[in-house]
Amino acid sequence: MKLEDLRKIREKAEKELKLREGKARVKIVVGMGTSGIAAGAREVLKAFIDEIEKRNLQDVIVTQSGEKGLSSHEPIAEVWEEGKPVVVYGNLTPDIARRIVAEHIVNGNPVTEYVIEVKEA
Amino acid sequence: MPKRLDILVCSGAACISNDSTTIKNKLQAVLKEHNLEDEVAIVETGCMGPCELGPVMLVYPDGVFYIRLKEGDVEEIVKEHVIKGRPVKRLQWTTPEARKIVEEKKQIPFFEKQLKIVLSNCGKIDPENIEEYIAVGGYEALAKVLTEMTPEQVIDEMIKSGLRGRGGAGFPTGLKWKATREAPGDEKFVVCNGDEGDPGAFMDRAILEGDPHSVIEGMAIAAYAIGAKQGYVYVRAEYPLAIKRLEKAIQQARKYGLLGNNIFETSFSFDIEIRIGAGAFVCGEETALIASIEGKRGQPRPKPPFPAQKGLWGKPTLINNVETFANVRHIILNGSSWFASIGTENSKGTKVFALSGKVNNTGLVEVPMGVTIRELVFDIGGGIPNGKKFKAVQIGGPSGGCVPAEYLDTPIDYESLKKLGTIMGSGGVIVLDEDTCMVNLAKFFLDFTVDESCGQCVPCRIGLKHLYDILDRITKGKGKMEDLETLEKLGEEIKRTSLCGLGQSAPNPVLSTLRYFRDEYIEHIRDKKCRAGVCQFEEAKEEEVSLEKKLKGII
Amino acid sequence: MTREEILNKYGKSKDNLLYILHDIQDNNPQHYLTDEDLKAVAKWLNLPYSYVHGVATFYSMFSLKPRGRYIIRVCESPTCHLMGSSDVIIELAKTLGVGIGETTKDGLFTLELTSCIGVCGVAPAMMINEEVFGNLTPERVRQIIEEKRRESK
Repeated sequence: MKLEDLRKIREKAEKELKLREGKARVKIVVGMGTSGIAAGAREVLKAFIDEIEKRNLQDVIVTQSGEKGLSSHEPIAEVWEEGKPVVVYGNLTPDIARRIVAEHIVNGNPVTEYVIEVKEA
Repeated sequence: MPKRLDILVCSGAACISNDSTTIKNKLQAVLKEHNLEDEVAIVETGCMGPCELGPVMLVYPDGVFYIRLKEGDVEEIVKEHVIKGRPVKRLQWTTPEARKIVEEKKQIPFFEKQLKIVLSNCGKIDPENIEEYIAVGGYEALAKVLTEMTPEQVIDEMIKSGLRGRGGAGFPTGLKWKATREAPGDEKFVVCNGDEGDPGAFMDRAILEGDPHSVIEGMAIAAYAIGAKQGYVYVRAEYPLAIKRLEKAIQQARKYGLLGNNIFETSFSFDIEIRIGAGAFVCGEETALIASIEGKRGQPRPKPPFPAQKGLWGKPTLINNVETFANVRHIILNGSSWFASIGTENSKGTKVFALSGKVNNTGLVEVPMGVTIRELVFDIGGGIPNGKKFKAVQIGGPSGGCVPAEYLDTPIDYESLKKLGTIMGSGGVIVLDEDTCMVNLAKFFLDFTVDESCGQCVPCRIGLKHLYDILDRITKGKGKMEDLETLEKLGEEIKRTSLCGLGQSAPNPVLSTLRYFRDEYIEHIRDKKCRAGVCQFEEAKEEEVSLEKKLKGII
Repeated sequence: MTREEILNKYGKSKDNLLYILHDIQDNNPQHYLTDEDLKAVAKWLNLPYSYVHGVATFYSMFSLKPRGRYIIRVCESPTCHLMGSSDVIIELAKTLGVGIGETTKDGLFTLELTSCIGVCGVAPAMMINEEVFGNLTPERVRQIIEEKRRESK
């Protein structure tokens, strides 16, 4: 690969990472490090995907990341939305994941009892 | 960067019908007018509770709850509270119910005091997608090094940065690179030590699982600097996910031409293979690790010669820890002076710690060197759960010692910790409360090192077992006062004469607890008392014996 | 995969020994290395049998005795111990009816203790084969064993 190729990939990938040029309005990033998985993150990830499919939400994507860092509050997921601060949820279960899709993603009301951090994008 | 103030504006259905959107918009406008946008964050939340008192606003970190707001109140709140720091009393709600809501909505300060450099991508990017790594600047450092710097310049930067090995020993990384480069020989190797076995440590696992490319890039830069073409990452077999993600990352890097021949169309070629362990803590020791990669029993050998001169298959080998390699690209991109501006005089940069044990917030924390133990345990860790009292932290795992409450304000850096009789170690920090018996804890660490001893040298193989037996007797109420002197003398002797780092540091938990909690030892021996209530002396039934007896009773 | 296929996959290089032993062991439903395995590996790599035996017995993850289909490894290191691993170990022994290092009569589970597995933030923890389970309580442990029993059918 040439240096210019690296730059081109970076430009394209940066846009996709930012949602703006990507097709998504909302991105949910589920922490899938071993601590998260040991605490049940796989089932939470599945629940998000299931619920989004059930509701046919075309503009919401679900991805994974490594350890979020706060093991005591795993499973953890972040909700990224264009123009809004990032909402970080902790202590998730599959049921709460479904609530987040219904209340936060669809209706715009974060499920505050499970919010552990709100930060800049 | 976290903002100075967070203002939570309720956007629940009831508040919206009470015109909270107007309040929010007005707040935005007034903040802009006073140039406060960078200092104050407006956070929209769902229903906060007392709908009949809306619209409401919560100001953090002050914890002030404003109710029944009108558009005209916003200007006053900004002028008096935000700018002058004087909450507007007439609009404030201060009943117990209000305080409860304020407490609930308080954000966990876990993330705020951290400075994420090594962990900047963990939890952010998808580690199985190389393009996300590239999107955040991945492989730019390697490109810079290959097209703009000579190997000597790279080594110079590493030395100037002051980076010290993050695996535990804290040896200056730049000097290690220099020594390996200068060692005679045409074939050299770069090895990444991913055999993180310290109880309480899981930093390296997180980096390998969450940002494997940062390690690959660091290794490639090191290989260029020392003149190596082949690298190995030794990962313990207990980390199957890390192995899987790293394998995928290596394959993707090869596919994109970032590993292999003529990287970035230069004459530099480098490739990496994974080697796995099989359940031996001692393989974290450099020479044992080399033996393991060579397909042998993981038994250390005496140093010198050091791996820099004679390592893998007798060739000069650079061995660095996962976290050390993960720092490299940041030093290259931001410069050695930037890195050296973080931390303390003798400990530059940040350190990733793994907080566990009796603490509210467990997990991975990355802070600049020099943060105090108190900040780590109480501000970031959130303090001790269930209203219990802090007793000590165990830092450095089985090679380290404990630090009691009187030293909570010690800054965390290599030299300060050494003065207290412990070591930085790989970064495991276990928090202990009043229910922990320090004698029992020392015994547990000894149990670990006795089990993991490779058995080669007498001081470790026999000496540690003897130390363990004495501790065992003490926890069962059969100790003698002479035991204290024996423990100290034997411990020092083992440290002095063991062949490798495992034996040389294994007595530390004992010596350290003896230094700071001698009273507990004396109580166990003289009074047959365990103040934490862990060791049981009646009928010599002690926790581990009762575990075995219980197990025997079941089957 | 047969043993021969595994050996062929890695070639005759001594530094592949740990990989070879891992693969052969994982390939055996009883998760252990037989004497024939060790002899075959020694022959393949042109090493003394005692050498291969020495390596296999040095590393704690290899077993020369037959084990169950699911190898349960409970962490017994200090942090998990502080957070209650003893209760978890006793519950497992009770539920499975075996002691440490033993295999259930139906050949499904082997109960072992292991050193730190690196998930101390969710202690107490254990691994079953390659899966990691954290935040364990006696009740959660019973649930997990039930799930595994169902999965095995």
